[in-house]
Amino acid sequence: MSSATGQAYATICSLEYRYARLLDDDRLEEWPDLFVERGVYKVIPRENMSRQPPLPIFFCDGRAMMVDRVRSLREANVYNLHYARHVVTNIEILGVREDGVEVAACYTVYQTDLEGQTRLFSVGQYRDVVALDGDTPRFREKIAVVDTFNIPNLLAIPL
Amino acid sequence: MLQLSDAPLIPWPSADGSRVPFEVFTRADVFAREQEAIFRGPVWSYVALEAEIPEPNDFKTSFVGDTPVIVSRAEDGSLHVLVNRCAHRGSTVQRQACGNARQHRCVYHQWAYSSRGDLVGVPYRRGIAGMGGYAADFDTRAHGLQKLRVASHKGVIFATFSPDTAPLEDYLEEPLLGAIDRLFARPVRVLGHMRQRVRGNWKLYSENTRDPYHAALLHGFHATFGLYRTNQRRKGGTDSARAHSTGVTYGDDWRQAAGSGNIEQDKFVANYALADPSLLEGRPDFNDGVTVSITSIFPCLVIQQIMNTLATRHIRPKAADEFELYWTYFGYADDDEATTATRLKQANLIGPAGLISMEDSEAIELIQRAIVRDGKENSFLEFGGLHEDLDKDRQGEATIRAYWRYYAGLMGLAPAIGTTRFSHPLPSFAGESTRT
Repeated sequence: MSSATGQAYATICSLEYRYARLLDDDRLEEWPDLFVERGVYKVIPRENMSRQPPLPIFFCDGRAMMVDRVRSLREANVYNLHYARHVVTNIEILGVREDGVEVAACYTVYQTDLEGQTRLFSVGQYRDVVALDGDTPRFREKIAVVDTFNIPNLLAIPL
Repeated sequence: MLQLSDAPLIPWPSADGSRVPFEVFTRADVFAREQEAIFRGPVWSYVALEAEIPEPNDFKTSFVGDTPVIVSRAEDGSLHVLVNRCAHRGSTVQRQACGNARQHRCVYHQWAYSSRGDLVGVPYRRGIAGMGGYAADFDTRAHGLQKLRVASHKGVIFATFSPDTAPLEDYLEEPLLGAIDRLFARPVRVLGHMRQRVRGNWKLYSENTRDPYHAALLHGFHATFGLYRTNQRRKGGTDSARAHSTGVTYGDDWRQAAGSGNIEQDKFVANYALADPSLLEGRPDFNDGVTVSITSIFPCLVIQQIMNTLATRHIRPKAADEFELYWTYFGYADDDEATTATRLKQANLIGPAGLISMEDSEAIELIQRAIVRDGKENSFLEFGGLHEDLDKDRQGEATIRAYWRYYAGLMGLAPAIGTTRFSHPLPSFAGESTRT
């Protein structure tokens, strides 16, 4: 690994971990800022990946939609009270394209209810494009392909 | 009919359906009875859409109640629903969720079945070197996959185990047929699936989709973002036995108005505007002004249109305290790219992460968690008064009460309703109900 690549890898890891930590600390309002202005976030059940275009169950194209989603979660939606824990592993740079770096990673999300009981909520893969050209690294795309597509109860907090 | 000496499985507290004992949501023996009396009884169960299996030999695995089935299209285009269980030793035959197969082959001993469920291959049938094999009178025709009756209306496929179930069109009746015809007037294209696993009883979801009363109270998305519809008007309908329900809401497109507050509650404050209103922009699919259409077909199907979202929801019971909700999301075969993009974006509204639907499964889990004890206690269904005019049931619980009356009849808990729709009288459960 060249030092430039090593630097990029470290930057990307840092972004992935920050993403997980903000969600786990319930700092949802900061979540959209991890994306570029027209960034795309999708959650796609793995069984839908064989279709074109694959059907997402959660889809934002742009920070504004993410802001709306967060506001809806805060003000409107009723969902299971829990703490979330996002674990990101197997981070791998797959390639470099003009607008960013293609990254694959594995995620695991646990949910802990208010009685302190933890369950595995979701496992799957992130397929990301990270823009490194701005003042700070941001996601151009983050697609969570969900292995656990039989969603336990519901999906509120982003994966 | 029930006799006095035969206590029903559980005492049914109200003839009008206004009291429902919590134990119908928790007891394993009630769940088992439902599998026999309902899912193997005189009802049509939704299994799939024809658009999911368009080509000869296409198949999809599905469920009737908790029984796994294969929904299959034969070479000649005919539809078949087969119990997905080998006639030899009971193994699951088709392990894939969907695909195309000329034969369905059991991996255990390689018994092979045609797309019609006929047994067409038995290895070593004549034995090997004088050992094994079957007797000369072994008849493959007696060892096919168990076949259900199948009927399709406008590409919506139903199956029934019972020879007594009335023809599908008589089972559905108007206005349910019309509701299906409206959404399936053009060939549909399946866009994908959504699934959620709910730790609750399947009938709680049946109630939920017959309950217009909860919408503005549980689901806060519209009110929070100051969205209201001009000209909002609701119309409901049901079949003669009141097993099913269909309701439509008329209205123009969603409009935003600060402080329009469409419910008289402090819970939702309409102070916000959508930062990106593109979520709600789409051309109407229909010219009739209907923006929401929810059709619940007993026992396990909901068909919905909410704005440009179109989906079937298949309620798949797994146990007394668990079901899967399986959404098949579709558009029309002639949708252009922009329309498909609109549908994919509006998928945000519904399903397990739906901005306007995620609350439903949570409400159900909240009930299931609280009713673990006190099964003889009842839920209370009198909102809107005890009238029976389902067309006027715009903010009431009459439609849910009708559902429970029909359910209790099928389950032998109360006199059966709508028996004239079946070609034979409903089976009596006398003698089975020896539980005290």
